Amino acid sequence: MLLITCPWCGPRDEIEFTCGGEAHRARPQDPAATDDAAFADFLFMRTNPKGLQRERWCHSQGCRRWFNLERSTITHEITRIYKMGEQPEASADATSPARQGGQP
Amino acid sequence: MACFSAMAGFEGKRSMTRYSALSLLKNAFSHHEAWAPAWRKAEPRDSYDVVIIGGGGHGLATAYYLAKVHGITNVAVLERGPIGLGNTGRNTTIVRSNYLWDESAALYEKALSLWEGLSQDLNYNTMFSQRGVLNLAHNHGDVLEAQRRVHALRLNGIDSEYLSRDEVKAFCPIIDIRPDVRYPVWGGTLQRRGGSARHDAVAWGFARAASERGVDICERCEVQGIRREGGKVVGVETSKGYIKAGKVGIVTAGHSGVVAAMADIRLPVESHPLQALVSEPVKPIIDCVVMSNAVHVYVSQSDKGELVIGAGVDAYTSYAQRGSFHVIEHQMGALLELFPIFSRMRMLRQWGGIVDVTPDASPIIGKTPVDNLFINCGWGTGGFKATPGSGWVFAHTLATGQPHAINAPFALSRFETGKLIDEHGAAAVAH
Repeated sequence: MLLITCPWCGPRDEIEFTCGGEAHRARPQDPAATDDAAFADFLFMRTNPKGLQRERWCHSQGCRRWFNLERSTITHEITRIYKMGEQPEASADATSPARQGGQP
Repeated sequence: MACFSAMAGFEGKRSMTRYSALSLLKNAFSHHEAWAPAWRKAEPRDSYDVVIIGGGGHGLATAYYLAKVHGITNVAVLERGPIGLGNTGRNTTIVRSNYLWDESAALYEKALSLWEGLSQDLNYNTMFSQRGVLNLAHNHGDVLEAQRRVHALRLNGIDSEYLSRDEVKAFCPIIDIRPDVRYPVWGGTLQRRGGSARHDAVAWGFARAASERGVDICERCEVQGIRREGGKVVGVETSKGYIKAGKVGIVTAGHSGVVAAMADIRLPVESHPLQALVSEPVKPIIDCVVMSNAVHVYVSQSDKGELVIGAGVDAYTSYAQRGSFHVIEHQMGALLELFPIFSRMRMLRQWGGIVDVTPDASPIIGKTPVDNLFINCGWGTGGFKATPGSGWVFAHTLATGQPHAINAPFALSRFETGKLIDEHGAAAVAH
């Protein structure tokens, strides 16, 4: 069971939140000009790291706002929480930092 | 690093005891203390024709069918821990083939047809019991979907029938069919050939039968790297040294992404915890498998008497083999909705496994962008039922270098072409 600190509402139980999966996946700016392989990579492929992962979460039963967090997929420890649009530096031991240039 | 001395005695000869009433009697005289080990504890050799990464049911079945069907016995199964302790030993042991789409129906029906002769084929009792799998419908939409699926299955030659509410009650009398509950039962579909099997026995039986045919099952041998030369796989780096391989098959379920990344392959897979639990053992109370999509519960009773109850996946990804408590709480609520009779039953233990979920809830079985490297993953929450079929088609793929007609639609490339096999919600139960 996770205790997640919403950037606006403070620490709340996991059941108030919706997990939106891997963060910082940017939709190709011009889908029509993007080839199938690149679009498939955006749409379906996942880094799925064993270690720290940046994720999108939504406080769906609270303020209903989206934010990002960094969480270990081994221990479930949440190491960082930050708002949409922010792009903090990767942790030293991050196995899968956000891809550079991505949008929230 | 080679261990030829330990191996040589086993090459090409059958050393295992054949299990029979006679061997049981014979061993009774020695108080069952002289049984030979079911499979050889092999140390890896320098080189193999085929190396299979992952010693779960699917990997072991692949090795077995490589040896049996294709005559390829210079095979190693490399397992990080002891065999069968991952998802093979953590699932809820349900076997069925009532999948909607033609591609899935062919794959899971192949598996079910192999299950039906598996104990005899392996000379190992997998305790496969065709007790019937009942999928409940709780509303008008469920009923339409269920009836459509029954017809689709029949067109594919798979047994399936639709049961009315009263027929559901007659088939499984302890289900609460009162109309005034939150999710009343409206009917259901029944696959009588479905049922359950003993999950550990499946791993052990395949290991024993593969080992008997010359396959090396190397436990506590962790793959740490995949060596490539010119876009072609040539071997694997392991905790017990480098092993040269003609072909390599990745069959590592929840860790598929981790292993595929060793060859710089990205997969459309997320690893989620899937939890299950068992109750205290009680006298026989439910003699079939019951699944419900709407309240999301699936339950059967083991031969020991424990109720075996499956939960849903946690929403977040994890490699921790545990999930959140609220998922279990929801599970118990769903169980009691259908079976008020269980309200005072105590749960004995709970656990989690790591399942590799794909966007279309269908597996990936076939080639990778790296030559001679093949992958069998993405079984998500429903891989156990497919164990023999998965091994059978993957053995064909490894032996011939090409997918069998059954697994051709399950190629990794479908995520690029868009030809998905969307079993989310279509496969009788939500994934």
